[in-house]
Amino acid sequence: MIKQGKKNVWKEYQKEIPDDNYYYARSCIRQNFFPASETIFLRIIREVLGKTIYDDEHQTTCTGIAYHSDIVPFDTTMTVAARQFSLMNIASQKNFIISCVTSFGIYSEVMETWKHHPEILEKTREHLRNATGREFSSPEIIAHTSDIIFKYREQIKEKAKFLLVNKSTGKPLRVVEHIGCHYAKIFPEKGIGGAEFPYVLAGMVENWGGEVIDYPERRHCCGFGFRHYIIKENRGYSLSNTKLKFDSMEAYEPDFIITNCPGCTFFLDRWQYVIAEMEEKTYGKDGFGIPVLTYEEVAGLVLGWDPYSLGLQLHQVSVEPLLDKMGINYNENDKYLGNNNEDIGRPAFPFNLKVTKNKQNDD
Amino acid sequence: MSQERESLVGLLKQDVLYQEAVHACINCGTCTAICPAARFYDYDPRRLISDIQNVNEQELVEILKSDIIWYCGQCLSCKTRCPRNNVPGFLITALRSLSQDKGYFAASNEGNKQLTVKRIVGENIIKYGYCVFIDEIGTENHPEQGPVWEWYRNNADSILKKLGANYKGEGPGTLRRISKEDLDELYNILKETKALDRFDNIERYCND
Repeated sequence: MIKQGKKNVWKEYQKEIPDDNYYYARSCIRQNFFPASETIFLRIIREVLGKTIYDDEHQTTCTGIAYHSDIVPFDTTMTVAARQFSLMNIASQKNFIISCVTSFGIYSEVMETWKHHPEILEKTREHLRNATGREFSSPEIIAHTSDIIFKYREQIKEKAKFLLVNKSTGKPLRVVEHIGCHYAKIFPEKGIGGAEFPYVLAGMVENWGGEVIDYPERRHCCGFGFRHYIIKENRGYSLSNTKLKFDSMEAYEPDFIITNCPGCTFFLDRWQYVIAEMEEKTYGKDGFGIPVLTYEEVAGLVLGWDPYSLGLQLHQVSVEPLLDKMGINYNENDKYLGNNNEDIGRPAFPFNLKVTKNKQNDD
Repeated sequence: MSQERESLVGLLKQDVLYQEAVHACINCGTCTAICPAARFYDYDPRRLISDIQNVNEQELVEILKSDIIWYCGQCLSCKTRCPRNNVPGFLITALRSLSQDKGYFAASNEGNKQLTVKRIVGENIIKYGYCVFIDEIGTENHPEQGPVWEWYRNNADSILKKLGANYKGEGPGTLRRISKEDLDELYNILKETKALDRFDNIERYCND
């Protein structure tokens, strides 16, 4: 491909990412399963980058999981999105940034639908008025929160205390980047790099010193499946898809996985535990798993923040092998302390998955 | 014309998701090749898109009563790859909506499982304003959560405070309590947009 032609192709996948003054739309899943990640994001925006962000107590779920598991109609989801935009209007904000990849897909789909079907926008306005008495105008820009960290990756690097480099060998850490499907597969032009070559996480990894691994099932879904995960007897769908990815990436010996999607982070972490306990199969070295981190957790480590203030103790796959490689000091005795160093015990040990370098038993 | 609009086929074609989903399929099978559900279920999105283009009323009833429409995992990988801009994943949403609105979903084993989804996600939304909430996620139904989750849930107050969350607290923050006024607005939206009607349908038609 000639250079000019290549430039034209990539022009399609350049997106506008707002500089400052954000309205923050939170994620149901992330608040529950990786509850420090959104706090880290807010700290980075406010304390590291010096930007302003509005965290609204009045927002609710976007209903994304309910919509994709089909218990609510699209009209419901569009009207809830309209209510969130109304809240953003009241806060005098215009840049709507979204923590969840499912929500990012939802808001993108809603706004595209209104753009192409103005009669549906009018119907949504009527629904919102009837239900709440509210009016709204749409955001000027919507972006995913990983877009914001991508945009400011260089500024984060300037303040880095650690890089994604193996301290013993001096070589870049080998990283699997997993992008949530709804970040760019529905609307490729809304993701940095599009759906086939998304660069949002790869850009962070490369900038912070790591090396991105390409592997055959790189773009395969983590297997959430919405209803399939919620329904216990269908959960094998989710497990099987995750296993497919791990079997595919194993030979490339990743040091860790970085994700930008709430469900993916969770599934890639927890299904490793299940595979270890069911099949005695582990994908890391010496019985450990491959650590799975959100991009905020990775940014927090790069910035030198205490790993256990980042919530890394809530991962089932131990992150300490990664901390060792990066040369980050930690005291494993502090890992499971509660607030104000309260002794709250520690989780039981898995049977097969190794989670500590020490002797692993409950005695 | 009005008779056609009221037919099942007519209703399906009025759905904006159907309109965005179905264009001229060339039966290339790319959607099936990329589909995670096709890999693990007896599911073929190529065939579904192909069949739906000239489906008649009786054939559509059979589709709405079948397990087939419930296998898709909604990853929407099909949207990226289809060379003709068809979106089997959007078609699935339109078919599932129609199936639930008309009560056909309860004829299939997979359709019946909507009761579980409604009772978990639907009721979380009404009660908490979140699709999922830590208080409702036990390891009995979610053994894959592992021992770390058990420990986290048993010590949620202390751990969440340490991590800067506002667990069930007033004001903004992670896992804050959503106020009654905000939950009431959300409930009114569910009612206005007929989500509550769908909840009722699911309870009425499904086998408990």
